[in-house]
Amino acid sequence: MTTTTEHGLAPGHSPKLSQGLPETPSRRRFSWNFTVRVLLLLIAAALTLGPVLWTLSTSLRSPSESFKLPPSFIPWNPDFTSYGEVFQQLNIFLLVLNSALVTGLIAVGQMVSAAMAGYAFAHLKFRGRGALFSIVLATMMVPVQVTIVPVFMLIRGMGLSDTLLALILPAIPTAFGTFLMRQYFMGLPVELAEAAAIDGASPWRTFRSIYAPLAMPGMAIVGILAFNFHWNEFFRPLILTISEQNFTLPLGLVSLQGNLGTGSISVVLAGVVLSMIPALVVFMFGQRALQDGLTAGTGK
Amino acid sequence: MSTTTPRRERPKRTDKTATPMAARVAGAKSQKAGAAHPRHNGRHSQRWLAWVFLAPTILGMGLFTLIPIVASVVLAFFRWDIISAPTFVGFDNFSEVVQDPTVRVSFVNTILFVVVAVALQLGLALALAIMVQEKMPAWLRVFFRSAFFFPLILSAASVSIFMRYLFNEQFGVVNWFLSLVGIPAVPWLTTPGGSAAVVILVYVWQNFGFSFLLFIGGLASIPVETYEAASIDGATGWRKHLHVTLPLLSPTTLVASVMAIISALQVFDQPYVLTRGGPGDSTRTAVMVIFESAFQRLEFGQASAIGVLLTLIIMAITAAQFRLSKRFVFYQ
Repeated sequence: MTTTTEHGLAPGHSPKLSQGLPETPSRRRFSWNFTVRVLLLLIAAALTLGPVLWTLSTSLRSPSESFKLPPSFIPWNPDFTSYGEVFQQLNIFLLVLNSALVTGLIAVGQMVSAAMAGYAFAHLKFRGRGALFSIVLATMMVPVQVTIVPVFMLIRGMGLSDTLLALILPAIPTAFGTFLMRQYFMGLPVELAEAAAIDGASPWRTFRSIYAPLAMPGMAIVGILAFNFHWNEFFRPLILTISEQNFTLPLGLVSLQGNLGTGSISVVLAGVVLSMIPALVVFMFGQRALQDGLTAGTGK
Repeated sequence: MSTTTPRRERPKRTDKTATPMAARVAGAKSQKAGAAHPRHNGRHSQRWLAWVFLAPTILGMGLFTLIPIVASVVLAFFRWDIISAPTFVGFDNFSEVVQDPTVRVSFVNTILFVVVAVALQLGLALALAIMVQEKMPAWLRVFFRSAFFFPLILSAASVSIFMRYLFNEQFGVVNWFLSLVGIPAVPWLTTPGGSAAVVILVYVWQNFGFSFLLFIGGLASIPVETYEAASIDGATGWRKHLHVTLPLLSPTTLVASVMAIISALQVFDQPYVLTRGGPGDSTRTAVMVIFESAFQRLEFGQASAIGVLLTLIIMAITAAQFRLSKRFVFYQ
């Protein structure tokens, strides 16, 4: 939070500066500017949050009322029929379980593999380190859509088609996570390794007892990013899973909307709201980590 | 908060050029220590550990990224439907794909989509970032930042599900609001122009927050003194932003536009859920055509050829942007 206030201080309109100049009109223009600015920002915020509020509020209307106008944005008289209904029409438990398994295992796998690879690139000396790291970075630029056909074949060849492992295994090696963890480890002082070496610790011990515990915050960022991305993922599950018992949440919800057509909006929206809960938890507790992770490596 | 502060500061501290002496001393020390404990700290055990640590990432990437890239390029020269054996067809896939009207339309759609969506996304993000970074109470700034960031954490599929209801012609909320100001119901999802507009709006709604975050970071790195100097020279309001903010922000703008263009070129979830590419081919995108030719028509060779073309376009645009940047980007 402190960083926010520091960065946010009005660069041009600093109060000190306007005190130095003895004109009053500039003060009045300033508050004018403030009002218009906040008004525009409030409109933008309403347009951003409005659709989500409508989704939440409409999921809490009864199915027969859900498409009546005027729309509702605040659930004054919540009605939970749609939530009961969505559990009947969709095997929500299975969808949540699948999504949680896939997302959780990918997140843990990425945290561990990225921490190990990041540490090797940051602190261990071996031949070809720079070249190998460049190759890892280069793979970040290849879109998933280009590799999906061969990955699909490979998964078939491995006998994993239409399993959850088909979603998990290819997503564990992470170029971005490795990059993030390398940066993180490079930020930890080298003196720690020297001290450990003087005490006779092996490179493995140095990693396990000294660097890995210090790198937990970095690993948390990798984990949160992976969780958010794969919980919401649609393209790969659409291709790599076939039977409904292996569907993840987004896939199940899209098929629900397809089946129902426009029948009962509130039921579909109840499913959408349920699927948002983990994302909301991440938003409340890991927003800062998520923002930093998303923008890592894009600026100075 | 506790996680961010160290990450911002640390890279500076370890920057080797910043403290060459320390680094050299450290290197010498660790070599000495290595000599004292050859069994543990010699180059051997470090190298050994490095390869063990790299194994999962390197093997995984080789298997699931590098081999598939090569396979994709090779496959683009074969005709294969998985069932019968693949046959080599040279450049046939490419010439067929380039002549196929659906593929052509989808590439044109994709490029138009990128131009409009990225322009909207960057313009909106920049304007909002400038407004948020000027003087206002801290809690209000936190609220706006969280609000604009919020759509990023949702799934594009879920967003498209509820947006489809919001843009419904008869009972949609958007048309209801328009009717309040006397605008007759717009056939959003049943006309080519309407569906294209919806796909763009829904995409921008969800993604402008990312560019917004990048611009916020870029604005924070502009030194306050620059603005003070501009104010003393008499620059105010818009002119200040035009002559100070925009040039100093150009490195951020470059990064933001490269990232926005690359991700917009790969748009799939929104058109797939909102319109399935229709009506007609009006919202069909390049990635949708890859998906359909591979997994619905089982023409894996053609799908690979389209994928290779899309990758070439992405690479060309990235390269062009960085070349252009040498001319237009102002580095401090």
